[in-house]
Amino acid sequence: MEENYIIEVEDMTVAYQVKPVLWDVDLRVPKGILMAIVGPNGAGKSTLIKAMLDLIKPISGSVLFNGETYEKQRKNIGYVPQRGSVDWDFPTTVLDVVMMGRYGHIGWLKRTSKEDKELAMEAITKVGMEEFAKRQISQLSGGQQQRVFLARALVQDAEIYFMDEPFQGVDAKTERAVIEILKDLRSRGKTVVVVHHDLQTVPEYFDWVTLLNTQVIESGPIETVFTEENLKKTYRSTGKVLRSE
Amino acid sequence: MEALKIFFSDYTIQIVSMGSALLGIVSGVIGSFAVLRKQSLLGDVISHAALPGIALAFLLVQIKDTNILLIGALIAGLLATGAVRVIDKYSRIKFDSALGLVLSVFFGGGLVLLTYIQKIPNANQAGLDKFIFGQASTLLKKDVYTVLIVGAIIIFMVLLFWKELKIVSFDPEFSDSLGISSKKVSFIISGLIVASIIIGLQTVGVILMSAMLVAPGVAARQWTDKLSIMVLLASVFGAISGLVGTIISSSIQSMPTGPSIVIVVSVIVLISISFAPNRGLVWRQIREMDSAKQINEDKVLKSLYELAINHKDPYHSHPISVIKPIKTKGGKKTKQLESILLALKKDGYVEVEGGNNWFITRDGLDYINNHPILKEE
Repeated sequence: MEENYIIEVEDMTVAYQVKPVLWDVDLRVPKGILMAIVGPNGAGKSTLIKAMLDLIKPISGSVLFNGETYEKQRKNIGYVPQRGSVDWDFPTTVLDVVMMGRYGHIGWLKRTSKEDKELAMEAITKVGMEEFAKRQISQLSGGQQQRVFLARALVQDAEIYFMDEPFQGVDAKTERAVIEILKDLRSRGKTVVVVHHDLQTVPEYFDWVTLLNTQVIESGPIETVFTEENLKKTYRSTGKVLRSE
Repeated sequence: MEALKIFFSDYTIQIVSMGSALLGIVSGVIGSFAVLRKQSLLGDVISHAALPGIALAFLLVQIKDTNILLIGALIAGLLATGAVRVIDKYSRIKFDSALGLVLSVFFGGGLVLLTYIQKIPNANQAGLDKFIFGQASTLLKKDVYTVLIVGAIIIFMVLLFWKELKIVSFDPEFSDSLGISSKKVSFIISGLIVASIIIGLQTVGVILMSAMLVAPGVAARQWTDKLSIMVLLASVFGAISGLVGTIISSSIQSMPTGPSIVIVVSVIVLISISFAPNRGLVWRQIREMDSAKQINEDKVLKSLYELAINHKDPYHSHPISVIKPIKTKGGKKTKQLESILLALKKDGYVEVEGGNNWFITRDGLDYINNHPILKEE
């Protein structure tokens, strides 16, 4: 029965200093779905995916992908960090950044190949950035930066994708591009976990949702889980006004 | 001239300058990564921290063997790096405060030890203070070989780990997610920085060595948007500074090498920050002025356009007083307006008749009608 789940999080607890950010999180994600992680500010959404990706050491808990540790499944996992997490004035080009998505497959000390470059160009075209491939990254708009990060994740050619706020402050064109890519990934049987903050678009873009506020309030298909009552429970501590349906 | 004569006649100075140039290349290369990772000051801490290491090494062995002293510097430098990391990680002290703290504690300790050493009766002690500002002329041939070998290893490592250095400098978190541990790569970078500082201590000294790391990278960044070219340029700038600085210092009596190298590299930085295309200050100022001029021209043309469409004859001319003036400081309105109209005339957008009566041309009307902002809705 357990092999139906591609991601299994068990007893995950994370704390910064002494303040717990995630408390005893259990989460099971079936294969091939688009899942949103939703919750108020400070609910631990980004922390959860970072802990799953082994970027933050949890106090306790374990994560399995396809029944194996992150270490073993690394090449099957793609990551789109928040675009504000890097310095976009770094001296490099769009193509160069996208190529970085191949580094995990290439391994230490080896050079990138022609094939890597072709895959990178393919991904750049997919996100509609082909005219910008040679462009210096400091000249990009916020939406274009987001699409570069998406392309970088696409060349990772993963089974499971984690995206941290890919819709944050992007233009309409980028929003469409992100949605297209999400749908494309799902149609190819990939699993995508997205940290998302816009409640209104959750039912439209995703088919699975995890409501998080330090603990998992509820997790499951949109139809059963994304209810006004559950949302109230999730946002209760912050008193945010909600509008679902 | 005199300096050049000395350079070409004196074999020792040639050797020493080659050593400094080499040091410039190495510190430029590895320093570029320190700059990009916003860790410029880490080099400063490591080099200052080398001083107590040198002093303690001397106290222990009581002889002035460069290699032993530099091993002392190396250990102290690594200890200082470790201290900064531990303070940053386990206390609430911020990274920059940790840097300042470790730097002053180590350097202060170094000065105390040096003063103590100068008081003990040992003929060997003379010249230890050369490590403060550096004295390239004290370099022996074997010291230059040390620079050559260590430098070659550093550059080889940078080329070997190029891909890893790049991704960790740009996006350490993503790099970690791929299994390229940013911790390991940072450790490699810190190690290479420490090594390059150690080989620079004799030439440039503990106080100014960090300039040797940071300045070439900062200057190079101004001229290019490509990492490989930036690193290459930094090494060229470093080499020029090392070479020229050493020649200057050896042609002036008792001039330490460190300061003269730093003066040369500072000039390079100053020129780069001012005049580099795109990023340079002068360039940016010119672009801003250009764009202000463009906007003013557009506004005047728009004013003429409005006069034209509100008149029976669109090509009826108007005296300069009717044209909506642009706001300027200091009552230079008419004069500025005239010069703008003349510029517009040069473009063929306006014409003048009867001395000072202006009207908009067909081209001018087209320009406004095709303008993304100015055109009428």
